[in-house]
Amino acid sequence: MRHPRLLLAAALAAPLVLAACGGGSDDGPVTLRMTTWSANEDHLAMLNEIADAYIADHPDVEAIEFDPLPFDGYTSTLTTQIAGDNAPDLAWILENAAPDFVTSGALVPLSETLSGTDGYEYDDLVPAATELWREGDELYAYPFSTSPFAMFANDDLLAEAGQPTAAELIESGEWNWDRVVEAGAAVHAQTGADGIVIRDFDYTGWDNLSTLWTGWGASAWSADGTECGFDDPEMTEALTFMHDAVFEQEAMPGPGTTADFFAGEAAFTVTQISRAGLLAEAPFAWDLVPLPAGPSGEYAVIGQGGLGVLTVAPHPEEAADFLAYMTNPENSVKLAQFFPPPRASQLTAEVLGQANPLLSAEQLQAVVIDRIDSGVVKPSHTGQAQLDQAVRAALDPLWTPGADVEAVLADLCAAIDPLLAR
Amino acid sequence: MTEADTETAPGREASRPARPSWWTARRRDNLAGFLFAGPQLAGTLVFVLLPLGLMFWYSFHEWNVLAGGFRFTGAENYERLVQDPALPGVLGATAAFSVGLVALNLSLALVLAILLDQKLRGTILFRTIFFSPVAVTLVAWTIVWRFLLQDDGGINGLLSVVGAEGPNWLRGETTAMAAVIVVQVLKNVGLNMVLFLAALQGVPKELYEASTIDGAGAWTRFRRITMPMISPTILLTSIITVVGSLQVFAQIDVLTKGGPGTSTTVLVYYLYQNAFQFHDFGYGATLSVLLFAIVLVLTVIQWQMRRKWVVHED
Repeated sequence: MRHPRLLLAAALAAPLVLAACGGGSDDGPVTLRMTTWSANEDHLAMLNEIADAYIADHPDVEAIEFDPLPFDGYTSTLTTQIAGDNAPDLAWILENAAPDFVTSGALVPLSETLSGTDGYEYDDLVPAATELWREGDELYAYPFSTSPFAMFANDDLLAEAGQPTAAELIESGEWNWDRVVEAGAAVHAQTGADGIVIRDFDYTGWDNLSTLWTGWGASAWSADGTECGFDDPEMTEALTFMHDAVFEQEAMPGPGTTADFFAGEAAFTVTQISRAGLLAEAPFAWDLVPLPAGPSGEYAVIGQGGLGVLTVAPHPEEAADFLAYMTNPENSVKLAQFFPPPRASQLTAEVLGQANPLLSAEQLQAVVIDRIDSGVVKPSHTGQAQLDQAVRAALDPLWTPGADVEAVLADLCAAIDPLLAR
Repeated sequence: MTEADTETAPGREASRPARPSWWTARRRDNLAGFLFAGPQLAGTLVFVLLPLGLMFWYSFHEWNVLAGGFRFTGAENYERLVQDPALPGVLGATAAFSVGLVALNLSLALVLAILLDQKLRGTILFRTIFFSPVAVTLVAWTIVWRFLLQDDGGINGLLSVVGAEGPNWLRGETTAMAAVIVVQVLKNVGLNMVLFLAALQGVPKELYEASTIDGAGAWTRFRRITMPMISPTILLTSIITVVGSLQVFAQIDVLTKGGPGTSTTVLVYYLYQNAFQFHDFGYGATLSVLLFAIVLVLTVIQWQMRRKWVVHED
C-alpha cells in the first residue's frame, strides 16, 4: 500500500509545488502590474510610453504591465484577483466602488508620497475632484479621470421632426428637461427613432439616472449616507417625470428596447464626453451641450475613475512611486489626452482640446471646465454593490406603465434602509 | 502465489530457499493502475476535493477581501443563513426553476425521442436539429435569445405577424422565469432526447410483439413495457437534469441578472452576488455548502427511490 500513499502525498504536494513555482523572488528589479478597464490601443500606448520613461530612470523596476479587464464586472474581477492572492500593484477603481476601497484599508495612503515628490504640485489637485477618494485629509487614490456628463444631440433628427436644434434651444433659453422631452417625443412620433437615451442605464444601471434627478435637487441618500433619499418629494417628482417621459410621452425607449445614439437611433443621449470619439465618422450633424436645466436650475454630474495602490500589492512602495511619477504635472498632460485631469492648472480648453479634436473650445469650456467644480459625483456608498443590487431590484416595479411611483419609492427606501444603517 | 514470486536469480544455488521478489507482478499491475489513474486522481484532489474542503473551511470565516481580513467566526455565517430574509425567495425561485426545467425537459425529451424513434423519412434530420443546440456555446446561445426576447425582439415580431401582442418577456416576473426555463430546455433537451432514443432502441422488440398478440393497446404497451424498460435511463437523466438545474448561472446572468426584482435570483446567482459582487466570500462559501447539501440530499433521494421504480434494480 506504499504506492497509493506516495501518490496521495504527491497529489497533495502538487499545489504547493505549483505555488512555489509561481512565486517570484523579492531580490532584484521588480515587475509592476496595473489593471485598467480600457483595452483601447491608444490608451495603452500612452500608458506604456509613460512606463518606459519611468523604467529607464528606475533600475529597481524592470517592467510595468498593463492588464485590461472587461469593464462589465471590473470590480468583481479585481476583487477575485485579490482573493486569489493575485492582486495587481496598481488598479483603476470605479467611482461607485470608491467608498468601499477607500474605507476598507484596501488602498495605500498616498498623500505623503505625492506631496513629497519633487515638482508634483499636490495643491494643484481640485478638492471637489479628490473628495470621493479621501478619508479625512488622507488621499487613497488619484482621480485620473474626472469627466462631467453632458448631452449629445442629433441635429438632423431634430430638424426632421421640425424641432429646434439643441443650440437654438439654449439660445432661446428653453434648454430644460421639459422642452427636451417634448422634442424627444416629437422625434419619436415623427421619425420612429427614439427620443432620449440615458446611456448605460438600460433599466439596470440606475446610478446613471443621477444625471436626471440631480436637476430636481434629488439625491439617492443623504450626504452622510445614512438616510434614504428616494422617498423625498424631489426624487418622487423627478422619477414621476421620467416615468411619464417613458410611458406617456414615449420620449425615452422603454424597458427591453435598445437604441444607440451613436448609430443615429436617438435624438439625444446623456453620457460623458469621452464618447465623442464614436462620432468621428457620424453621418449626421451633432452637438455636445451641458445637461438641460431641471426645476432646481442648472447642474452637473461627474463620473470619475481613480488610480490606487493596493495594500496587498506585491510591491506597494515601488507602485506608489510609479503612481507619483505617472500623475505628475508633465504626465498628467499626457493623461489629459484621454481623461479630464483633476489639476486646476490643466483644466483648460487647450489641454482638453488635444484629446477631443471633435469638440470646440466653447464646448469643452461649457461642458467640462465650467462644471467640474460644481459637479455632483454619481452616487456611491460603502457596501455599494449590495445597495446597487437592492435599488435595482426595488426599482424594477417602477418600469411598468401603471406603476405607483410614490409607493415603489417608499418600498425602495424600506429595502435599503438597513443597508444604509450599516 | 505467482510464478514470478518464486523466481530465483540465475546462478544462485538451488539449495538456498528462494526469497520472494519485492517487485511482484501484482505490484507491477498496481503501479500501472495507479499511473493510469494518477493524473485523474491528482486533478480530482486539486480541483475538486481540495476546493470542497476549503469551501467548508471558508464558511466558518469572515473574509473581507478588500481589507485582507480573514477571521474565524464559528457558526456565525450559518446563523446568518438561517436568518437571511432574502433566502426564502431565493430558494423559491430555485425550486420554481428546477421543477419547471426538469418537468419540461424530461417530458419534451421523451416525446421527441418517441417521435424520432419511428421509421419515417427525415428523422435523422430532426434528430440533428434538436441535438445541435447542445453543441452551441451556452453564453452565445443565451445572448441570441436575449435579443429575441426583447420587447421589440424577434419573438414578439413573430407574434405580431399573427396579430398577437407578446409581453415584455424578460421584464415580467412570471414571464422572465418562464423564458429562462424555456431557453435552457431548448438548449439541452437534445441530450436527454438522445439518451432516451438509445434506451428506446434497446427495448427488445419481442416484448412488443408478445404484448400485441395478447391484445395490449399502444398506451398499455408504453406504460407496461416501454416505461419500465427505459426506467434506468429516466433515473440517469433525472439526476443529471436536477443537478444541472440547481447549477444554472450563465443564463440568469445574461438574460435577467436575477430580476425583475429578485424573481429569477436562484441560489447559484445569489451565491455569486454575495461572494463576487458583495466581496463576502465567507457567506458565499456558506451558501455553497447549502447548495452542496441540497444537491446531495436530492441525489440520495433519487438514488434510493430507484428501487421502487427502476425495473432492473433489485
